[in-house]
Amino acid sequence: MPTLNDILIMLPEFYLVAAACLLLLLDAFVKPEQRPQLHWIAIAVLLVGIYLVVVGQPEQAVTAFGGMFVRDDVAEILKVFALGTTAMVFVYARPYLIDRKLLGGEFYTLMIFAVIGIMLLVSAGNLVTVYLGLELLSLSSYALVAINRDAKLPPEAAIKYFVLGALASGMLLYGMSMVYGASGMGGRPTLDLAQLHHVMSYTTAPTLLLFGLIFMIVGIGFKLGAAPFHMWIPDVYQGAPTPVTTFIASGSKLAAFGMAWRLLDGGLGDLSQHWQLMLAVLAVISLAIGNLVAIVQTNLKRMLAYSTISHMGYLLLGLSAAGPEGYAAAMFYAICYALMGVAAFGVILALSRAGFECEEIADFKGLNQKSPWMAFLMLLAMFSLAGVPPLFGFWAKVLVLEAAIHANMLWLAIVGIVFAIIGLYYYLHVIKVMYFDKPVDGSSVSLQQDKPLRIVLSLNALSLLALGLYWGPLLGWCRRAFGL
Amino acid sequence: MITLAHYIVLGAVLFCIAVAGLFINRKNVIVLLMSIELMLLAVNMNFVAFSRFLGDVSGQVFVFFILTVAAAEAAIGLAILVLLFRNRSTINIADIDSMKG
Repeated sequence: MPTLNDILIMLPEFYLVAAACLLLLLDAFVKPEQRPQLHWIAIAVLLVGIYLVVVGQPEQAVTAFGGMFVRDDVAEILKVFALGTTAMVFVYARPYLIDRKLLGGEFYTLMIFAVIGIMLLVSAGNLVTVYLGLELLSLSSYALVAINRDAKLPPEAAIKYFVLGALASGMLLYGMSMVYGASGMGGRPTLDLAQLHHVMSYTTAPTLLLFGLIFMIVGIGFKLGAAPFHMWIPDVYQGAPTPVTTFIASGSKLAAFGMAWRLLDGGLGDLSQHWQLMLAVLAVISLAIGNLVAIVQTNLKRMLAYSTISHMGYLLLGLSAAGPEGYAAAMFYAICYALMGVAAFGVILALSRAGFECEEIADFKGLNQKSPWMAFLMLLAMFSLAGVPPLFGFWAKVLVLEAAIHANMLWLAIVGIVFAIIGLYYYLHVIKVMYFDKPVDGSSVSLQQDKPLRIVLSLNALSLLALGLYWGPLLGWCRRAFGL
Repeated sequence: MITLAHYIVLGAVLFCIAVAGLFINRKNVIVLLMSIELMLLAVNMNFVAFSRFLGDVSGQVFVFFILTVAAAEAAIGLAILVLLFRNRSTINIADIDSMKG
């Protein structure tokens, strides 16, 4: 029987489920002209969620429902940033949704359910919870990608996302079933991540365990979007409505890091010498494919998709160091990427309007002459993504490279640096187009006049500079979460 | 005598058929949905076999969750398929190629 204590530990999740259901009811019963007001309620729901996560945070890690759910500092940090970036996505999405007549309860409810999926995933203490959190996030995301159902690209993007996402879930589950079987050979079978940690020491079927590990890494690679399991990323980023792309580039990445860490370090930490090299190989392929293919893209959303693949390569660099230092660096990187991704897609959202998506790089020609401030914000986002000091993205890269070197993988760090330099090219190309090209006549970039969007987007992009100059507290928070 | 190994091999064969179905099939999106279902059922086969032979019910509980989620997944997949068909009057995989690069 669940006790009151269990429910209190999971209070933020319970609260969000109730709030999402209420929002859906509210949407059904309010007058059509009042529907836009749901926007503010949805943002308030997320902000109260952050408050509940932070205020109720226990000193020590605690578990609920017999170990199914873990509430520790890592989960707290990831939840705060997942909720925060999603609230930012809501702010940026409003004008875009109004222009396309998509503003309504279904967008907000699906987004909040996806966030609940993220929260379950990063707090999972059991393979069942990992799967349920992952599916809650994925199923909501599939529906969100297809939300603009009359446009040409979204349904196509959604079906690709769905098929490859389901394949990834199947791989992950198949791996889980083998790990479950291996844990029962020579011991008591278990699905609990904390107990799975020691399976390697006693199992009589280590081959089965390794097979399970490989299938699980394939599943994790798919969800992270690491090459060679990256096929869905470019099409989904390009085809999905931009607010949904923004969410997939921010909240989902935090969730994917949380899942990878829970499964690999929490569940299969004893096998780290086996998965370390696998992750390193995934990292190298991701860096190569992401950075090289991004160069030839003409669509900015697609270019940012390939840039995501390369960033997941850096994140894997940190994870493959397989130690608290590497995990802290990888989590710092995931948070950094989420903030940068939200800022870059936020500028695209701020520049698009009804009938014009502003997603081709050519649409940014001469942006500096039309709107110097937007051009400056995009400049900050691009420099940060490229890892130019003193911006936030630079420190995140330095930390994962440092972690890889400390884990005796100097070659990996060198590969990372080489591809960071190659990657500089396509980010600088966007900046060159904005600042040095002449604006094309007729392609008048008119700015969204939405005040909250402009204020939050400015703060978001400036935070990349601020955190680049003053990154100590955030890094300290990440390191403390891993006991450093 | 049917042993655990038989069930695991059956699960592996079903899983391989499902993955092959996903990759070889070039005609119809509905076949993809069927392959996905088959893949999840192969996983269920594994879980139930381990659960039965190792004497632990948690694997069977997991199977209930997988079945439930698979139903939800099929619903979403079919909904997206309907959108796709309304959008371009075809569900041929070769025609779903408007994004490249």
